[in-house]
Amino acid sequence: MRNPIPNDPLEGAAWIRWLMILLAVVVMLLLVVLPLVMVLAAAFGKGVGVWWAALVQPDARAAVKLTLLTAAIVIPLNAVFGLLSAWAVTRFEFRGKRLLLALIDLPFAVSPVVAGLCLVLLFGSQGWFGAWLVAHDVKILFARPAIVLATLFITFPFVVRELIPLMEQQGSDEELTARSLGAGAWTLFRRVTLPNIKWGLLYGVLLCSARAMGEFGAVSVVSGHIRGLTNTLPLHIEILYNEFDSTAAFAAASLLAGLALITLVLKFWLEARHANALARPQGKH
Amino acid sequence: MNSIANEVAGAVPLIPGERHAGAVGAKRPRATRGRRPLPGFGVSLGLGLAWMSLIVLLPLAALAWKAAGLGVDGWLRVLHDPRVRASLELSFGAALGAALIASLAGTFIAWVVVRYRFPGRRLLDALVDLPFALPTAVAGIALTAIYSANGWIGRLLEPQGIKIAYATPGIVIALIFVGLPFAVRTVQPILETLGREPEEAAASLGAGRFTTLRRVILPELLPGLLTGFSLAFARGLGEYGSVIFIAGNLPFKTEIAPLLITIRLEEYDYNGAIGIAALLLAASFVCLLAINAIPALFARNRRDA
Repeated sequence: MRNPIPNDPLEGAAWIRWLMILLAVVVMLLLVVLPLVMVLAAAFGKGVGVWWAALVQPDARAAVKLTLLTAAIVIPLNAVFGLLSAWAVTRFEFRGKRLLLALIDLPFAVSPVVAGLCLVLLFGSQGWFGAWLVAHDVKILFARPAIVLATLFITFPFVVRELIPLMEQQGSDEELTARSLGAGAWTLFRRVTLPNIKWGLLYGVLLCSARAMGEFGAVSVVSGHIRGLTNTLPLHIEILYNEFDSTAAFAAASLLAGLALITLVLKFWLEARHANALARPQGKH
Repeated sequence: MNSIANEVAGAVPLIPGERHAGAVGAKRPRATRGRRPLPGFGVSLGLGLAWMSLIVLLPLAALAWKAAGLGVDGWLRVLHDPRVRASLELSFGAALGAALIASLAGTFIAWVVVRYRFPGRRLLDALVDLPFALPTAVAGIALTAIYSANGWIGRLLEPQGIKIAYATPGIVIALIFVGLPFAVRTVQPILETLGREPEEAAASLGAGRFTTLRRVILPELLPGLLTGFSLAFARGLGEYGSVIFIAGNLPFKTEIAPLLITIRLEEYDYNGAIGIAALLLAASFVCLLAINAIPALFARNRRDA
C-alpha cells in the first residue's frame, strides 16, 4: 500500500475539499471580517487627521475617561471576586455547587436591557432604595455609580468562567504538596496558584475589559445620557451616529475595535506559546 | 490539534453545561476528604456568594418582586398590548431563525477548521471569536453601514429589491453575527475529539457518505449543536446594541422587545417595562436550564441504549 493512512471516508475529492474551505472563508469574510474592515475604513476614510480630531474633542475625551474609569473599578473587583469564587468551586466540595455554577452564568443569558431595568427598579425613585437615596441625597441612577453597577453585572462571569475550567484541569496536587511542606495561605496563592493560572487570569481580565469598555445596552438604560458626564464610549458612538456624524462615530468605534483585536491577538499568542496556559476544550461528554 | 477554540469554551459566555458536569461530578478534589487541607474555604465561598448576591441576584430579585406585584390586571394589560406582542414575536422569531442559521454555518465552519489543513486555518479559527470581542454598538453601526442602501453590500442588493438594513433581515444578520462564536465553539471540541474510526467502520460496512454523516456524526454532534443553539438563541433574544442600529425600529414592524423596554421606561410606564422584561428573563432562565440539562440528558440516553 502506498498510503498507510486510511482515507477519511467523508473527505471526498480534493476539489470538494477546497470548495468547502473556500465557502467557509467566504462566509467568515462576509459575516465577521467585513464589519471590522468597515469600521476601520470609515474611521480612517477621511484621513488620520480627521480621525484624531474626532477623538480629541471634549465630549469624546470625557467619554473615553469615563469608560476607562469604569473599567478601572470593574475589572479589579470582578478579578478578585472571580478568583475567590473559582477557588471555592474548584478546590472544595459543597452542597449547591451546581446551582452556584449555573447562577454564575446568569448574566450571560440575561438581556443587558433587562439588567439595566433591574438597577432602575432598585435605585430609581420608584425603586426599593429610591426613597432612602432621595432622603440622603445619594445619586446612583443616571449617574456614574449606576454605570459601574451595570458593568459589574454584565462582566461578572468573565474572569471566573475562564478560571474554573483551568483550575479544575490543573487539580490541587501542587497546592496540597506546598501545604504539606508548610506553606501559609498567602505563600500558597502567591507562589503556587497564581503562577499556574496567571495567563488564564490575564485572558479573563482582557475579555472582561473588552466587555466592560464595550457594554452598551445595560449602561444605556441607567446612564441618563448626560453629555460629557455620563456618556461612555459606546453611548458616545450612538449619539454621534444618530447625529449623522458617522466619521466621528466610527473613529470612536475604532478604539473599541482595536481593543477587541488586541484581545484576539493575545489569545492567539497564548495558545501558540503557552499551550497549557488556558483551559483545554472539554467537548467530549 | 490546535485548540484555540476550545479554551474559549471557557471564555465564551455560558459555558456548555457538560463542563459543569465534568467539572463538578467527575473528579472530586482530594481536598474534600476529611478535613480540608487547603485554606480559604469559608472566606472564598462566603465572599464569592456575597458578591454574587449583591451584584447579580439582588437586582434580579427586584425585577421578580415587581413583576409579581403587577397583579392579574397589570399582566393582562401587558400581554394584550399588540405592540408588546408584535415586539415579542419579532424578537423570538428573529432569535430563533438567527440561532438556526448560526448553528448551521457554525457547524460547517467548525468542520472545515477541524478536518482540513489549509494555509490561514489558524487565522480563520481565531477570527471566529471576533464577534464575541467586538462591542455590540460597534458591530451595530458597522453592519448598518454595510447593508444600508449605499453600503458595500446594500448597494448590490437594493437594486434587486432586497432590503436588509432597516428591515427584519438586518435584525437576523446582526443576531447571526453575535451568535456565530457560540455555535462554532460548542461543536468544535466535539469534532476534535471525534475519532475517525467510527466513520471508517461505517464506510467499511458499506454506509454511504450521507448515511455516515446522519447516523454516525450527527448523533455525536447533537448535544453540542443544541447547546450552541440555546446559547445563540438566549444571546439573540436579549441582544440590543448590535440590533437597534440596523433594525429601523418601527413599532409593530422592526421593534425588538429589549428596545420596547427602554421605550416604556422613557414613557415612565414602569409596569409595561417590567412585564416585558420579566418575560425575557423567564426565557433566559429556560435557556439556562436547557443548557445545563442537555449533557445529562444525552448521557442518560447513551447509558440506556
